[in-house]
Amino acid sequence: MENLVEHSLAADGLAVGYDQREIIHDLSVRIPTGKITVIVGANACGKSTLLKTMARLLKPSRGSVLLDGKSIQSIPTREVATKLGLLPQSPTAPEGITVADLVGRGRYPRTRWIRQWSKADDEAVAAAMTSTDVLEIADRPIDELSGGQRQRVWIAMALAQETDILLLDEPTTFLDLTHQFEVLDLLVDLNKQDDRTIVLVLHDLNQACRFGDHLIAMKDGAIAAEGNPREVITEEVVQDVFGLGVKIVPDPVAGTPMVVPIGRHTTRADAQPASVSSAAAALAASAAANGVCRPTDR
Amino acid sequence: MATAEAVQVITRARAARQARLLLVIVVLAAIVFVTFCVSLSLGDFKIPVIDVVKTLFGGGDKATEFIVNRLRLPRALTGLMVGAALGMSGAIFQSIARNPLASPDIIGVTYGASAFAVFAIVTLGLTGVAVSAFAIVGAVLTAFIMYVLAWRHGVSSYRLILIGIGIGAIATSLTSFLLTKARVEIAQQALIWLTGSLNGRDWSNVRSMGITLAVLAPLTVFMVQRLRILQLGDETAYGLGLRVESSRLGLIVIGVLLAAVATAAAGPIGFVAFVAPPIARRLTRSPGPAMIASALLGALVVALSDLIAQHAFGDTQLPVGVVTGVVGAPYLMFLLARSNRVGSGG
Ligand SMILES: Nc1ncnc2c1ncn2[C@@H]1O[C@H](COP(=O)(O)OP(=O)(O)OP(=O)(O)O)[C@@H](O)[C@H]1O
Ligand SMILES: [Mg+2]
Repeated sequence: MENLVEHSLAADGLAVGYDQREIIHDLSVRIPTGKITVIVGANACGKSTLLKTMARLLKPSRGSVLLDGKSIQSIPTREVATKLGLLPQSPTAPEGITVADLVGRGRYPRTRWIRQWSKADDEAVAAAMTSTDVLEIADRPIDELSGGQRQRVWIAMALAQETDILLLDEPTTFLDLTHQFEVLDLLVDLNKQDDRTIVLVLHDLNQACRFGDHLIAMKDGAIAAEGNPREVITEEVVQDVFGLGVKIVPDPVAGTPMVVPIGRHTTRADAQPASVSSAAAALAASAAANGVCRPTDR
Repeated sequence: MATAEAVQVITRARAARQARLLLVIVVLAAIVFVTFCVSLSLGDFKIPVIDVVKTLFGGGDKATEFIVNRLRLPRALTGLMVGAALGMSGAIFQSIARNPLASPDIIGVTYGASAFAVFAIVTLGLTGVAVSAFAIVGAVLTAFIMYVLAWRHGVSSYRLILIGIGIGAIATSLTSFLLTKARVEIAQQALIWLTGSLNGRDWSNVRSMGITLAVLAPLTVFMVQRLRILQLGDETAYGLGLRVESSRLGLIVIGVLLAAVATAAAGPIGFVAFVAPPIARRLTRSPGPAMIASALLGALVVALSDLIAQHAFGDTQLPVGVVTGVVGAPYLMFLLARSNRVGSGG
């Protein structure tokens, strides 16, 4: 991995939409180089749309995405693909494709039809599959894998592209807790070892705080807050962005902000007056569990 | 970083895939050649296969040479080329749409060609090359209408298939309408064309088909790499730096032209483009497009079917399309039944 040229990714005054509907309005952002950036926000707020625009899958109606200071639309598409890789939210593979075959296709931007497949390509594929721990299943067809294995294979494909910038849309969806952390730890490894710039969308705010150096909270196609996790994940911001009351406590393990949601039916142990008997609390809890909506005296 | 062992795992996996591909291609090519020689040996005058081979390589006596090279070779060669073109066309369409139903004989392309050809035969009273020209124009025009109708900020494969099936239905009813209005003898002539037939092909057919294939086949091979990326879905393909829309358009144009020239040369021989690529995928154990294997299988299906159509029923000689239909239709039903059970669209 050569890092002779500092890479950079930024958006300037972006407006993007589908058909007539504009989703993102006038958004500017600089992705910190060599850091992990996590985008959070409610469903349909435009996270995937932003990611796709930064990977020039969508053409902005106004503004531009700048890759190494140049408008991404003006750079040949193959060249972009050697600098910036994307893992879409729900990628699809042709039926029957094997793991090694799929990961190998990640080398496409590096091959020319004149230039044959080389040792370097095999090495890149092997390295990608080693770090994602999918080497043992190299010959298995993708359709026979578990959701978590499949996700790791797709990440391997993006890694085989050997790009300095990696955009991943919800790479931990469908994974169990262990594999979620494996994937996130892997991304940190990649970030530490090769100084790769990583941008990912996550729904778990606690994980976002743990793994993100930089957080972007989006609401209705705009950036609501941006900065390090402590600055972004506050009770006010979460209330504003997600419309959910939460309490923020320090993560007992990492010390990063940890979000404890409140919700409508929760009986609050901390707000409970000491005089109320535990029997009353149990009654309220069971009423809530039964879905009986009655005003509780919070 | 990757250890030497890890690299070896990858190298070996790739070598195994390629070895299998090569094996399938060599075996298929051998079977095609044998079928080809057998079809040249059979007929009113039986010629031993060994003499056929000798004649093909320049030996053999005058009489055999006349029968083989003059009478039988054009038909057999046309069959092979038509089959290869259909096989490649099917592989292209099925891979682009990522759906085994998306071959040119299921979506509208060949139906469009048929409607135009029948119009030429029935209404304009044309024959021969003129009918072929109309068929090509029909296929291209149908594909163009499909593409334009399916276009909404890019063409989605699913929309393309549905619109293709719709246009196919329109073209079929137009064809039926033309047939019911026609005089009986002419309608019968049109019907034979519609079944797909290799009867009476001569060297001029071979030449025109050969020239078109000589242009289209290398183009297809050139585009295979892109097709392999396009198979991963639009978003991933963009991410890998493929110019998705222009690649897809280029592939569709090649696929349509392949189907069009094949249909122009022998009528709409049904189901070849539809069955050859899935068999090729299964044999090569590759997720596609398996272009060369599909071409060989297409050629084999047409050659075998024509062999059966000509010689298996005594004096009655059937159009080749009857046999391919008998083989292909059950597979279509199997595919539909299976996809219904699995609950996915194929
Ligand atoms: N291909 C599309 N065509 C039309 N509208 C779309 C398309 N993709 C997304 N949208 C719309 O754009 C808006 C933003 O979608 P986007 O996928 O960016 O949301 P998201 O923040 O990634 O949500 P999620 O958390 O559910 O993944 C939504 O209202 C969605 O309906
Ligand atoms: Mg999304």
